[in-house]
Amino acid sequence: MTSTEEVESISEKSERLLNISMGPQHPSTHGVFRMKAVLDGETVVKLTPVFGYLHRNHEKLAERTSYLGNMPYTDRLDYFCSLTNNWAYALSVERLAGIEVPERAEYLRVITAELTRLQNHLAFLGFLLNDMGVWATVLIYGFREREKILDLFESLTGARMMCNYMRFGGCRCDVPDGWVEEAKRITDELPGVLDELEQLLTDNEIVVARTQGVGTVPGRKAINAGLTGPVLRASGVNYDVRKVDSYGVYDRFDFSVPLGSVGDCYDRFMLRLLEMRQSLNILKAALNELPSGPIINPKAKNRNLRPPAGEAYGRIESPKGELGFYLVSDKSGTPYRYRVRPPSLVNLTLLEDMCVGQKVADVVVILGSIDIILGEVDR
Amino acid sequence: MERMASHYRKSGGRWLGSGILRGMGVTLKNWIGSYFDPSRLVTVCYPGERLPLPENSRSFPFLIYDGDDPEAGLRCVACRICEKECPPECIHIENERDENGKPRKRPAVFDIDISVCMSCQICVEVCPFDAIEMDQIYAISTNARFEPLRLHKEQLLKPNEYFRELSPTRSAAADARREAERAKQAKKKEAGKKG
Amino acid sequence: MLDLETIIKRVQEAVPSCRIELVSNESHSGHHSLLVDDGHAVEVARFLRDAPDICLDYASNVTGIDWLNSTVKEKVPVTETVEGEEKVNEKTVEKTVPGYLEVVYHLYSMRLKQGPVILRMRTGNRDPDVHLPSLTPVYRSAELQEREVYDLFGIVFDGHPDMRRLLMWEEFEDHPMRKDYFPPEESDESPIDEQARPKQ
Repeated sequence: MTSTEEVESISEKSERLLNISMGPQHPSTHGVFRMKAVLDGETVVKLTPVFGYLHRNHEKLAERTSYLGNMPYTDRLDYFCSLTNNWAYALSVERLAGIEVPERAEYLRVITAELTRLQNHLAFLGFLLNDMGVWATVLIYGFREREKILDLFESLTGARMMCNYMRFGGCRCDVPDGWVEEAKRITDELPGVLDELEQLLTDNEIVVARTQGVGTVPGRKAINAGLTGPVLRASGVNYDVRKVDSYGVYDRFDFSVPLGSVGDCYDRFMLRLLEMRQSLNILKAALNELPSGPIINPKAKNRNLRPPAGEAYGRIESPKGELGFYLVSDKSGTPYRYRVRPPSLVNLTLLEDMCVGQKVADVVVILGSIDIILGEVDR
Repeated sequence: MERMASHYRKSGGRWLGSGILRGMGVTLKNWIGSYFDPSRLVTVCYPGERLPLPENSRSFPFLIYDGDDPEAGLRCVACRICEKECPPECIHIENERDENGKPRKRPAVFDIDISVCMSCQICVEVCPFDAIEMDQIYAISTNARFEPLRLHKEQLLKPNEYFRELSPTRSAAADARREAERAKQAKKKEAGKKG
Repeated sequence: MLDLETIIKRVQEAVPSCRIELVSNESHSGHHSLLVDDGHAVEVARFLRDAPDICLDYASNVTGIDWLNSTVKEKVPVTETVEGEEKVNEKTVEKTVPGYLEVVYHLYSMRLKQGPVILRMRTGNRDPDVHLPSLTPVYRSAELQEREVYDLFGIVFDGHPDMRRLLMWEEFEDHPMRKDYFPPEESDESPIDEQARPKQ
């Protein structure tokens, strides 16, 4: 039996609690993402993410498309980083079918992947600051620089975002004349831009107040929840697939893995800035060392590829985290099972834990600091 | 050695507000710079002013013909590889047929539904005859959703000169490939005659 | 990295009653996996996570696979019916292999930077509501991915804290990633009546 006072307090509380629905059409949700939040005043008591507004069953689609035909579809997962998606998929198929990749292609893959990381993080900074209420200043600065990288992508692959560049056993086309020089010029310019961004943001009192101590994740919890990428490393866990698996030719480059200490939004934000500097180091070395040679393994078959029966899991460090492709082949021309391990989705596992106890305005910042892309969350 | 982000962890500027002021210095630099420095003012007044597209830029596929007559110089032999390989299945081909109903090596119908096409250029990659290539047209909106976006053979056909202008490198490579193939065929024919 | 044979031995020592076997994979990747019976999967996973020299503390990928009923033409002796002695069947036997659903976990060790160890669980059949134990209590990262497997394959995970659909809407009845699912035919006609539009 509940006493009268208890009933009163429950009804009082339920009167005080407010259910709000953020999204799916909300500019701060980075697409069509919805959060059902229960608020006590301005404090979040409960938060339920709702997925699936952009669901198109990418995996089913892949099961009726040829191995080659899936490559352009992977562009559309995380549409900011199509080149890393291409790489992860190509890597899995290469493992499945046992295809070797020539050296020049590996270098081109590293170069394009690091450029992708740079442009993703530049856009991330802009969007995060947009979520904090900076109307477009940082976003425009970030996009201005991102634009140069997208121009590089366009002159190399033909498209700015849907690159469809990598093939099983290499890359589709070689760099055009002057491309490497242009890329070098841009990599030489970028440190100055990063200095400027750091000057603009890192000790800005408002940024500090909005991000420090907000949405903290301890390292052990982050590991158990499968967080990857900058979100994990912000919690102080030293785990970077580039270092651990050293896929491609990453073992030839000297770069360090920046780590956070607290695991709050500030660390996640700073980590991207530091990561961009490391990417620039890799880029500089890769562009200088770019060997000559074929860009695709002449023995590799792309059209009508029928890998031997079996399965393979390939993963890479995409700008959002660990992106994996799991493929099961039954010797036919289409994958029997094709699975994308989406970093954006798994990184959202702890969204509620990060948000509970914070103010509702911080939810937007926390979501922004995870850096999700709905094309990949919902697939 | 890992660089820790905590080295960078700051709690604002030296005195309250100095961080904001420092940041405003950056925006001021950008604002003033936009009057003098072309690297700080990167936009152009579209559509009056347009930036040139890089040679590799791609939008939608088109068919190439040699010479002046689109029908005679048509490179496509209706082998239907592109139709089979197109991931979103936006290409539709029907062979031309002779009186007996036997298919000829020419397309009677070649449609590309560019409302479905995702510009992946796999059709270009798989074409053994260099008959299909990627165009660079954009701003091609129409006033209906279906029929005007379904391009027929007549709309898709463009001369090789157009492709040469569009992409000198790729067209030169394609021309060389075709020339080599032709030389090989001629040699074969000659050898056949001798034999 | 401990090899899989050693891991199997260690698991059998720690969880004596569990059935665990090696599933080999003949593709170039060489990713062999461990098939665990569903009764002890949670214990096995907990052991793999907590044993200090194995320490698979991170479940990267969770996914389902739908294996349909298949008929296999074989010329091998049918060992199921014979006890003790082998009988060679010369005739081609058409065997129906019953289909099943499978869940695959890719486990890595973040602390030891090793992996992957692949864990599989299988259901007995392809009924609409097949059950498997959830590994979410051991690996939180399986939470959303197991929901996705439930949504797309229809495997109910017992012990999952929040077993709801992830991507499809609540009222949706089928499980789209099953191999026998076919979407309702899409109509090619425009949803907007062309006649009703204002003429230009």
